[in-house]
Amino acid sequence: MIQVVLPAHLRTLAHVGSEISIEVAGPATQRAILDAIESTYPMLRGTIRDHVTQERRPFLRFFACQEDLSHESPDAPLPEAVSSGKEPFMIIGAIAGG
Amino acid sequence: MSKVRVLVGTHKGAFVLTSDGKREKWEVSGPHFAGWEIYHVKGSPADPNRLYASQTSGWFGQIIQRSSDGGKTWETPGGGLKPSPGGMPTGESNKFAYDTSVATGKPLTTHQWYDGTQHPWEFKRVWHLEPSLTDPDTVYAGVEDAALFRTTDGATSWQEIPGLRGHGTGPRWQPGAGGLGLHTIILDPSNPKRIFIAISAAGAFRTDDGGITWRPINRGLRSEHIPDPTAETGHCVHHVAMHPKRPGVLFMQKHWDVMRSDDAGDQWREVSGNLPTDFGFVIDIHAHEPETIYVVPIKSDSEHFPLEGKLRVYRSRSGGNEWEPLTKGLPQSDCYVNVLRDAMAVDALDSCGVYFGTTGGQVYASNDSGDNWSPIVSNLPAVFSVEVQTLQ
Repeated sequence: MIQVVLPAHLRTLAHVGSEISIEVAGPATQRAILDAIESTYPMLRGTIRDHVTQERRPFLRFFACQEDLSHESPDAPLPEAVSSGKEPFMIIGAIAGG
Repeated sequence: MSKVRVLVGTHKGAFVLTSDGKREKWEVSGPHFAGWEIYHVKGSPADPNRLYASQTSGWFGQIIQRSSDGGKTWETPGGGLKPSPGGMPTGESNKFAYDTSVATGKPLTTHQWYDGTQHPWEFKRVWHLEPSLTDPDTVYAGVEDAALFRTTDGATSWQEIPGLRGHGTGPRWQPGAGGLGLHTIILDPSNPKRIFIAISAAGAFRTDDGGITWRPINRGLRSEHIPDPTAETGHCVHHVAMHPKRPGVLFMQKHWDVMRSDDAGDQWREVSGNLPTDFGFVIDIHAHEPETIYVVPIKSDSEHFPLEGKLRVYRSRSGGNEWEPLTKGLPQSDCYVNVLRDAMAVDALDSCGVYFGTTGGQVYASNDSGDNWSPIVSNLPAVFSVEVQTLQ
């Protein structure tokens, strides 16, 4: 199981705690994780990546294993520590005013 | 015993304010969707317990919320935890995809940008939700970048009504300072096929065939900020109001100028009259007196606050031109708030209640047609919208 940390507002929207566990079929990639999140929590569709373009929303970042993976290919394999569940895949809201 | 429910959208959540018919004591519920921008909350005329809310965020995009119990509980339609019978859950209640199909006419790819160049249409948020007068599951949504969407399944899915963007003037529409937003949707109770909408900064438009074809209705408007002040489109219309018992008469608060049409928008004439300034955002009509209208004059397009620091609602009992200031209970010194375009509403009780919200977080109410005012709440986040339901 892959562990995913969601921003607070998305936890509220999905009625979950700070960390969720998801199962990914095949290699663990950003796209596979987001597909699994949206399948399990359909109310989150469109909140992490755009409905139409499927691009990451601009004020969100993806971190794992103390690295910024936001600009990696969505189909690039994630670190083994993420796919094995030792380290979480973190979806972070950029710090911005408002 | 009648009740009143006031639905308030703010910069950081939604609030539901309720009172009995006297409208003296209020209960405050909220914040709902705390931390999110709530552009608009509105109830269905066909089922007052059915509410819809536009919840939006620069981080997470657009969410549509629905309540079936008057705002006590909410759900994201189509976004539940259980998959649909076909397999994957739909989860498309927050999906507003512009129609690009060839079959529906002339899909547009660009509108005018601030500098006059062409710019692609990009969905940003829902500004206004207008539930059907007869069906609780049908709702119209006005969005930025300007387009009109409709759901017929209780907000589970949305489809664009493409005839509006496709009728021909779209490439000349340009965003106002707040964006290219479709902010006003008026459904004609006497003619189900007639809808009025307004866009900043494109103008007002009307369909007489249920949304298939549209035409601009801006004749008589004059706007000095566009190259041709009397152009067919390009006017920054801030809000339009119609009395349901007199659907051919429209009142408009334009960027500057308060306007009136007696022929469903075919021709407009200015009725600013003796207003101290005719810039403003809101305009509304008394529930029982179709010639009694309300505006909140704002100093100018660069100074979005009341003249002289005095918060004054102006009322005309003659359908415009002659206006009187209403000040009792409103701050008359050092007040520098704004009242945004969707932040005024009226109830339908015998003594008409009038309500408006400010960017300072106050919601003011009058239970005597505007003669006297008092704040229901004073310290909310900036108020974006105010709607009122009169309940039996």
